Amino acid sequence: MSQLAQYRRPFWDTQPGYRFDPYGSTQLRSPNEPLIIVPQTLSEITGPAFGGAYVKQGDNDLTCIANADAIGERIIVSGRVLDENGRPVPDALIEIWQANAAGRYLHKRDQHDAPLDPNFSGEGRTVTDADGRYQFKTIKPGAYPWGNHYNGWRPQHIHFSLFGRAYATRLVTQMYFPGDPLLEFDPIFQCVPDVKARNRLIATLDWETTVPEYALGYRFDIVLRGRNATPME
Amino acid sequence: MLYPTTSQTVGPYLHIGLSGLNCADLTTGRSDLGAPAIVIEGRVTDGQGNPVPDGMIEIWQADARGVYQHPDDPSYSATDAARSSFTGFGRVPTEPDGTFRFTTIKPGRVAGPGGTLQAPHLVVSLFMRGLLKHLSTRMYFPDEAQANEQDWILHRVPAARRATLVAQQSDSGVLRWNVALQGAGETVFFDI
Repeated sequence: MSQLAQYRRPFWDTQPGYRFDPYGSTQLRSPNEPLIIVPQTLSEITGPAFGGAYVKQGDNDLTCIANADAIGERIIVSGRVLDENGRPVPDALIEIWQANAAGRYLHKRDQHDAPLDPNFSGEGRTVTDADGRYQFKTIKPGAYPWGNHYNGWRPQHIHFSLFGRAYATRLVTQMYFPGDPLLEFDPIFQCVPDVKARNRLIATLDWETTVPEYALGYRFDIVLRGRNATPME
Repeated sequence: MLYPTTSQTVGPYLHIGLSGLNCADLTTGRSDLGAPAIVIEGRVTDGQGNPVPDGMIEIWQADARGVYQHPDDPSYSATDAARSSFTGFGRVPTEPDGTFRFTTIKPGRVAGPGGTLQAPHLVVSLFMRGLLKHLSTRMYFPDEAQANEQDWILHRVPAARRATLVAQQSDSGVLRWNVALQGAGETVFFDI
């Protein structure tokens, strides 16, 4: 069997741990035992390949349902998916979900007293192109309260789920907005000590994708684990 | 070099964006599976033994021959790509009582480290509110005692904890495999 090129382990302070007391839900859902470090085998360096088959045209546009416009500030969110070596990750499936402009999710467990929007479901998906590029058109989500601590409010954010090339490159993250005053009080955003790592979760205003008279653009690049070396043939 | 993006929790409303890809039955519409269908059932519980009603489980596995539907598997060929065969991917949310259920096949053995063969297994990812980063584990099969004994990865696990990774055969023929996130009988999780 040829030698398998392993995916690099993330730089130590770029990723959160499991137990993080300021985020209360981690307290009973984090393992007590340390994780067991194992090399990646064929099982971890392969992974589901969805390609475009799962994505329909229009799945990356969250701003209307049956031609009726959602309420709120229309925005364009785009960027590239790269690996740690700076190479684009093509054919990466991206699934997103978010609250509406009023800060309410279309979900039975969300009891926040804010209006639902019949023209906004808050889900989207797309696949990156050959250069790793993706784009969504959506509505800027609202902030909303949560019960983690007294007067706790989540900053505006969009959830991202990604499949790269391998099971080992699976990533779920959240994208935030520049200048949000709630970020410094949010234990989920604050979960890693490295301020540069968490600031990379904040999108930047992007004039290149901003459409005059129509929608502001935000850029959010995502980096998945990269390989240490090329495999032996 | 770039730094990998920081992981964040899926939160409690993951179903909005992730249900579209749900797949509880990996055998649906497949006729060339090469193995009988099996059912895997289990329950996810937290550090107080309470069910996790708002989680999601993903599985990834080889086909009955021990081949992954992926170009980085040296055994995978263009013939595999051409035919619409077993994908090897499943995803389900946990139910209000913390349970989950997959219908699939037992995978064949795949190559492991150092020229070994791994015992048949699924790789498993768990996502939920309260996990800032998803958890990775594995499920092995109870009728593969000898292969499990020789499995390179299982050997890295302290013997007393290995049983948490092996499903149990129930009288009904269903494989039972529970996941304990924390505390008594805590499931082994891997840093891959």
